[in-house]
Amino acid sequence: MTTAVTRPTRPRPQGNSLTSGQLPRFFELYALLGSLAVVAGVFMLMGFNVVGWLVLSAIVDLVAVGVFASIVENRRRATDRVVRGIVVLAFLLAFIPLVSTLGTVIVRGIGALNWTFISQSSGSRFDPATLVVTTTQGALHSIVGTLEITGIAALMSVPVGLLTAIYLVEYAQPTQWMSRTVTLLVDVMTGIPSIVAGLFAFSLFTIIVGPKAFSGFSASVALSVLMIPIVVRSSEEMLKLVSSELREASYALGVTKFATITRIVLPTAIAGLVTGIMLAIARVIGETAPIFIAASFTNDFNGNPFNGPQSTLAVQAYASYKFPGTDIAASTASAWGAALLLVLLVVILNLIARIVARIFAPKGLR
Amino acid sequence: MVILAAVALFLIVKAMPAIVANWQTPDLAGGTTAGHSTFWGYVGPLIWGTVWISAIALVIGAPIAVGIALFISHYSPRRLAGVLGYLVDLLAAVPSVVFGLWGIFVIRPFLLPLEQWLNTHLNWIPLFSGPPTSTGSTVLAGAVVLAVMILPIISSISREIFLQTPRLHEEAALALGATKWETIRLAVFPYARSGVVSAILLGLGRALGETMAIALIISPSPKVWLTILTDTQNSQTIAANLALNFPESNPLQREALIGTGLMLFVISLAVNFAARGILTRTGRGTSKRKLRREGVVLVPGASPIVVSETALSATEPGSPADHAAREALS
Repeated sequence: MTTAVTRPTRPRPQGNSLTSGQLPRFFELYALLGSLAVVAGVFMLMGFNVVGWLVLSAIVDLVAVGVFASIVENRRRATDRVVRGIVVLAFLLAFIPLVSTLGTVIVRGIGALNWTFISQSSGSRFDPATLVVTTTQGALHSIVGTLEITGIAALMSVPVGLLTAIYLVEYAQPTQWMSRTVTLLVDVMTGIPSIVAGLFAFSLFTIIVGPKAFSGFSASVALSVLMIPIVVRSSEEMLKLVSSELREASYALGVTKFATITRIVLPTAIAGLVTGIMLAIARVIGETAPIFIAASFTNDFNGNPFNGPQSTLAVQAYASYKFPGTDIAASTASAWGAALLLVLLVVILNLIARIVARIFAPKGLR
Repeated sequence: MVILAAVALFLIVKAMPAIVANWQTPDLAGGTTAGHSTFWGYVGPLIWGTVWISAIALVIGAPIAVGIALFISHYSPRRLAGVLGYLVDLLAAVPSVVFGLWGIFVIRPFLLPLEQWLNTHLNWIPLFSGPPTSTGSTVLAGAVVLAVMILPIISSISREIFLQTPRLHEEAALALGATKWETIRLAVFPYARSGVVSAILLGLGRALGETMAIALIISPSPKVWLTILTDTQNSQTIAANLALNFPESNPLQREALIGTGLMLFVISLAVNFAARGILTRTGRGTSKRKLRREGVVLVPGASPIVVSETALSATEPGSPADHAAREALS
């Protein structure tokens, strides 16, 4: 490792000043502004194009920095500067999709979002007197479906996940084959494609119930397959943070293992546990494919998760766009409305998670 | 955990009739499964499409993701690092269907001029050949959206691993006169290589199973195609094929589709095992035990709060990793 670094560089004529052979301090900023201006000038001559301007400026900037640095400084420094430029560019590039996605959803969804949209279900009504079919766009059925399906999934996976985590941290020895297998399986389960979970729930329920087994509950099963590993992983990390001094102090007082876990370990870790669960919910609430497979989709209001197809916001966003009704524009608008509602839900869940983490943050742990 | 076994078992049970069935029967002769003589003839092109599109997404996304991770861990001002990491992780919180809609309304028109230009001028490369697109529902558009979706996974795991580089290695390199890039190349990359590789594999696992973006954007024709810029010669992924055809299939076709799902399950299981295996097997300090002890949460989309708090309090106080984490978060 050291040989490559200490390789002597070609001797250069030494100037008097300490700063000789170096570019000025804010050279990269000047280069960027300069290339922006130059490219803008070129584009003025042949028609302006914002994207092309930015892309070309970035390239010109990188080349200019490289050339100047290798003339004034040396090749190593030039490489360093160019790489720095590339890394910064990669980072800026990542912000474009984030801003653009959120911006698009808000701009397009805000038009569709109003109280009627939230408080009524979609569907077409046929009026026998006038022979007119009126189609309404709404999200009530999807909101109810989302809450029910996700709620049942959370009810099923939180106890299982939490108990698994407690087993892994408190009871199992790390070297034991059982705990190693469970850990490996949990790791691998985080990588199950969500649509496969949906297929699993669908096959399970067609075997039990028979064909036409679409129900909200089946979708909940699919979601909990996805959710359990997330809950296990985050709870496990949180339980591991509880310092072993606390446990040992409790044992030294003659407290049983069960009481130690329920009275000492869980209360200490509660903030992290709740945060992890909230984030797991936020993650599965946006799943589309498994629900689409397991619960199908519908435009009608269905409050019973154990019978008949149910829709969720994510599924509504997908289905309204892909399988639109007679009024395509209205369907697309309702897709964006559902998408915006969904994003709002996810953001709210994330905020709750952060606030819970703040409020319950254990004192004196660190 | 019985669930994993149960998933595999039920998929096999449900898919078996279609795999062994005679594909000339009327049930399978129409609809989505028309024109295929065996199950393998049906699933083969879909597997190809899945791997192909994910690979393109990876080629686009992985370098950018590693760049982001490097920026946050080594280039950005220390005070900003935590916030920036949180913002990148926000990408993981956006539901996939939202990305799909965004891909349709923003990425498709955005890429259209580029695609047409490539198609006109670089037609001789097989990748860019074929009839030119007019709507933008191309493999390239789908792969770009997929690349955006796998950015947060790859970058958050790589970031954690870059941050764990022993501080002394970096300082030694700097003290020998290495520039920042040389330090990263000599001290950080060798240390983090296996972690980054497994992060990329995990990203691949995510890309393989991604459904909605592909189902919404690409207009498919399930054959083996190399072209990425056309409307009519697009490969199709297993997941998207499932989502598109599942609602309107008869029972036997559904079983065939479940069979394709089983293939997807096997592929992504293999990729995930490989990723975990690399993480566990490397002896260069990034073994999984150590990772876990130092609080790297490998759950995709996990909270940066969780990650950061864990990183802070799980490392021994005063250790290099602890130092780096504190600096990064303060």
